[in-house]
Amino acid sequence: MKGNEALAEAAIRAGCKCFFGYPITPQTELAAYMAKRMHKAGGVFLQAESEIAAINMVLGAASTGVRAMTSSSSPGISLKSEGVSYIAGSDLPAVIINVERGGPGLGGIQPSQADYWQATKALGHGDFQLLVYAPASVQEMVDYVVKAFDRADKYRMPAMILADGLLGQMMEPVSFPEINPDAYDKSGWAANGHKNSRDHHIINSLYLKPDELENSIVERYKKYDIIKETETEAELYLTEDCDILLCAFGATARVVKSAVNTAREQGIKAGLFRPKTLWPFPVKEINEAAKNAKALLSVEMSMGQMVDDIKLAINCSKPVHFFGRTGGVIPTPTEVLEEIKKIGGTL
Amino acid sequence: MAVVFERPHALIDVPTHYCPGCTHGIVHRILAEVIDEMGIEGDTIGVCPVGCSVMAYDYFNCDMIEAAHGRAPAVATGVKRTNPDKFVFTYQGDGDLAAIGTAETVHSATRGENIVVIFINNTIYGMTGGQMAPTTLPGQVTQTTPFGRSPQLAGYPVKVCEMLSQLTGTAYAERVAVDSVPHIKNAKKAIRKAFENQKAGKGFSIVEVLSTCPTNWGLTPLEAIKRLQDEMIPYYPLGVYKDVEEGVFPAEGGNE
Repeated sequence: MKGNEALAEAAIRAGCKCFFGYPITPQTELAAYMAKRMHKAGGVFLQAESEIAAINMVLGAASTGVRAMTSSSSPGISLKSEGVSYIAGSDLPAVIINVERGGPGLGGIQPSQADYWQATKALGHGDFQLLVYAPASVQEMVDYVVKAFDRADKYRMPAMILADGLLGQMMEPVSFPEINPDAYDKSGWAANGHKNSRDHHIINSLYLKPDELENSIVERYKKYDIIKETETEAELYLTEDCDILLCAFGATARVVKSAVNTAREQGIKAGLFRPKTLWPFPVKEINEAAKNAKALLSVEMSMGQMVDDIKLAINCSKPVHFFGRTGGVIPTPTEVLEEIKKIGGTL
Repeated sequence: MAVVFERPHALIDVPTHYCPGCTHGIVHRILAEVIDEMGIEGDTIGVCPVGCSVMAYDYFNCDMIEAAHGRAPAVATGVKRTNPDKFVFTYQGDGDLAAIGTAETVHSATRGENIVVIFINNTIYGMTGGQMAPTTLPGQVTQTTPFGRSPQLAGYPVKVCEMLSQLTGTAYAERVAVDSVPHIKNAKKAIRKAFENQKAGKGFSIVEVLSTCPTNWGLTPLEAIKRLQDEMIPYYPLGVYKDVEEGVFPAEGGNE
């Protein structure tokens, strides 16, 4: 199955009842698949007049307790940032998919990872975070869409799948897991009509009194602390004895894994740390992976947006190098291997 | 003792933040009366975006959602499409509906979204302290048109009912005012009709309410009413701009 279509099918199976989107390359197949399948699945597909409208339609549907989703690519995600901030400020669950392309501005339509900062630091104004999953295969696209819906409901917050054009267009075999879309009771907050049997519910992000706004944010950050403690995920590959630890996520990690294997064949002790959650960043996991390493090398399809998180996570205890290609250029295993050797020579 | 007049159940008994002489209170009341009379409070979801009425979620007894500036019709679309059996209304000001939210307004109308839009036109941004609105009249002095709105510099006012009545998805568009008892009675009738349209699945219904903003107009409440009558009604004529009795979709269709 194609990555973009797998995302859509997994969402429907995860109980997503509505999809609101706006056309943009390279996530087009996702919306097209939804348009075909959603009605048959008893849900709503609607092509909105803008990215802004689409995310606000998600906000409306999510307010009533329905599993809702939107998808886009980088420039479109920028437009959605207002709505994402309101969703976070209103403690609503929602799933947002970003099939990244090159930026800034209109950028290009080839794969990129240059929205790492946007996704993990500032997708909108105010103090808030969203869960960010970084799949590296079509199967993981499926698994993390399912998990994103689950965790969004569990924590009442937005969750993002940060994919890229490469993963979206890739075809791989997938299997779909068993899913329970009704695991969480939303009757305590959903604004779906009180039926004269309860007090009215208010979905709101406005607090004019600074104390009240501060309290609401502090409460949300307590939730974030639990998430940082319990929700991190990473793959550690050949890290036990590695001298040089490569760090990469998403499609780039597959290129890097291939370079790590070649390095091993040539007697260089290389390993790979692959964060599957970008927020929360897997701090414990990277420290475990890096415990015997002498240096780290972050490989990204950007100018090095993950480097700071790596340095913070290991408290700058070891040198962190960077190699990346950007603008839609995909790094090759040969290029990565050369970088490994270059750094290896200095160890 | 017999009760002859009381607060509608759909309106919560709390003081509002509205200024003295503001007509939001009247519109809130007649909207709440319609909800009471139709017995739909438990099945109604209101969406109030940024503007003076953003805190209306504290005043209406039905479930309420606050929306970002201009986005109420999109939020309402999300609610209604996933809850077609519920009544959904938005309550929007002129800056919200006809400036920052123009796309959301026009496209929810053109899709024939089966929702009710209550549009408060008072020709000014109230919440932020009296700036030019898309409906500010030519010559009107506001904080951002200190020499009066010049069409050469700031363009012309948007006539919302006239514009939306051109769209096939609009089932009903009426402009009313709340300056006098007969007009208020008619405004309530229009709001009732809009909700009945939604019940019948007819499509997009909008009631534009000419309202006052004494504070930002710099007038007393009585002078403000007089301005509404003398200046606003001639520019924004009252009346029904569109009324599609059979609804905007073919019998077997509908947006649900």
